[in-house]
Amino acid sequence: MQKSLNIDPGKCTGCLQCEMACSYEHTGTFNPSRSYIKVFTFHHEGRFAPYTCTQCDEAWCMRACPVDAISVDLTTGAKVISDDKCVGCKVCTIACPFGTVNYSQATGKVVKCDLCGGDPQCAAACPTDAITYVDADWTGYDRMLASAAKSLPSAEATA
Amino acid sequence: MQHVIVGAGPAGVVAAETLRKFDPEAGITIIGDEPEPPYSRMAIPYYLIDNIEESGSYLRDPEKHFKAQNIEVVQQRVDKIDAKAKKLSIADGSSREYDKLLIATGSHPISPPIPGLDLPQVHSCWTLEDARNIIKLARSGSNVVLIGAGFIGCIILEALVKRGMHLAVVEMGNRMVPRMLDEKAGGLLETWCKNQGIDVHTSCSVDGIEAAADDLVEVSLSDDSKLSAALVITATGVKANMDLVEGNDINTDQGILVNRRMQTSNPDIYAAGDVAQGVDFSTGNFEVQAIQPTATDHGRIAALNMVGKDDEHHGTLNMNILDTVGLVSCSFGLWMGVDGGDSAELYNADEFQYINLQFDGDHLVGASSVGKTQHVGVLRGLIESKIHLGEWKNRLMQDPTAIMEAYVACTQELSYS
Repeated sequence: MQKSLNIDPGKCTGCLQCEMACSYEHTGTFNPSRSYIKVFTFHHEGRFAPYTCTQCDEAWCMRACPVDAISVDLTTGAKVISDDKCVGCKVCTIACPFGTVNYSQATGKVVKCDLCGGDPQCAAACPTDAITYVDADWTGYDRMLASAAKSLPSAEATA
Repeated sequence: MQHVIVGAGPAGVVAAETLRKFDPEAGITIIGDEPEPPYSRMAIPYYLIDNIEESGSYLRDPEKHFKAQNIEVVQQRVDKIDAKAKKLSIADGSSREYDKLLIATGSHPISPPIPGLDLPQVHSCWTLEDARNIIKLARSGSNVVLIGAGFIGCIILEALVKRGMHLAVVEMGNRMVPRMLDEKAGGLLETWCKNQGIDVHTSCSVDGIEAAADDLVEVSLSDDSKLSAALVITATGVKANMDLVEGNDINTDQGILVNRRMQTSNPDIYAAGDVAQGVDFSTGNFEVQAIQPTATDHGRIAALNMVGKDDEHHGTLNMNILDTVGLVSCSFGLWMGVDGGDSAELYNADEFQYINLQFDGDHLVGASSVGKTQHVGVLRGLIESKIHLGEWKNRLMQDPTAIMEAYVACTQELSYS
């Protein structure tokens, strides 16, 4: 059974430990600005919402890549960037309608969530279970995917 | 079932892969006339600065991928289509029959009407062969004149600067990238380039190019300046490669006209990518977009319909992202706005930061930005999903940078009871 990140904004306290853990895992530094998961703050609602790539089936990033630098990790289902192949053209960053593939000026490549090879550090670091790594058919994930699909007409056309 | 694809660029390759995914038994052939394995023009700027080898521009691993997918790749030129007989004439004298044909022949650079373009120092920058020719002449310390500051001109700027050349850019429009950025954004790019020592001439054209001593040329501009150069690059736009359909009663305009299934006026012939004039998401008009994401979307939609899945496309969103000597700019959809629509903007010229949002009612319909690299894709999501922003429109009017917050708030349930 493939697993997915499940995010429950209602449980997020905005502590940003996920961003710390993610940036440390991927860059070796505690630098939230280089984290691949991002916690958004909603002052009006008094809420926080962690957000990152859903590893969507459409894989807009992967399809748009002109040099085959994005591939599927067959174990985790994550869409993974090959630094060796990425030329830094950024086409995937506009192709991804969720805004979760980003260009890193530090490396000259694009970066995105890779599920840490199956042991996502954001989930491990989250003290309130706002981010969990669960079986992919868990209802919360379905709801997240459904809202994403609903928002993009062509995503459902070929699903 | 025999599918034949003419053209080995991103549209053709994605189409072939999609055909294979949905029709494991079909014969699938890609015929391309360039001598290299299928490659991406998008990678050429990175080849020019020796960031990658030529093989780094290949769309797929040429040794393994196509064999594994049972896709035949043929390096040949297709001379003619006989749509009645459903047959192609190949340059080597052979012919091929098809059941469904996809034309993905791309586009070619247009040559502006300037005397002297045939001099050996003048090149376009479109193919790997062009890139090799440019590298031969792009010696450190020498002068280069770039004609055209459009998308292609601007993505190769950096490569020329990094090769140590002294660069002058000549653009007929009143700003850089006039078809992708507004005056403020284009102005930021111009200032940025001038700060890097690039000589930028806007609202200016080239009158002529003449041979001069020492293998150099002299470029005469409409503002009366004369520039000496070892290399001149033309990047003044591209035009669809439509010669192939001539004489077949297939409707064309700026490109080959296709419906929402990427089908031409001949039901067994499809077109995709730079050669195709398909539906634009924002306007509903038929337009040639000539951009990478549209090429791959076209390729996929064409293939789905070629295997009999009735898949109508909602139209491709015109969008671009550009890195000009380190300054990243992008634009989406109706970035110039619509009549009666509201707009929001944040402009900080000192920091080279700009974001402009264009609304129609409470939908986002267009956007452009400079100096922003994080979460720009969500602008596509907001536009293409036609999300009703509701109160978030007012928040974006106050703070146009809050695009991710708007998207997350409008698509996820934030409040749990």
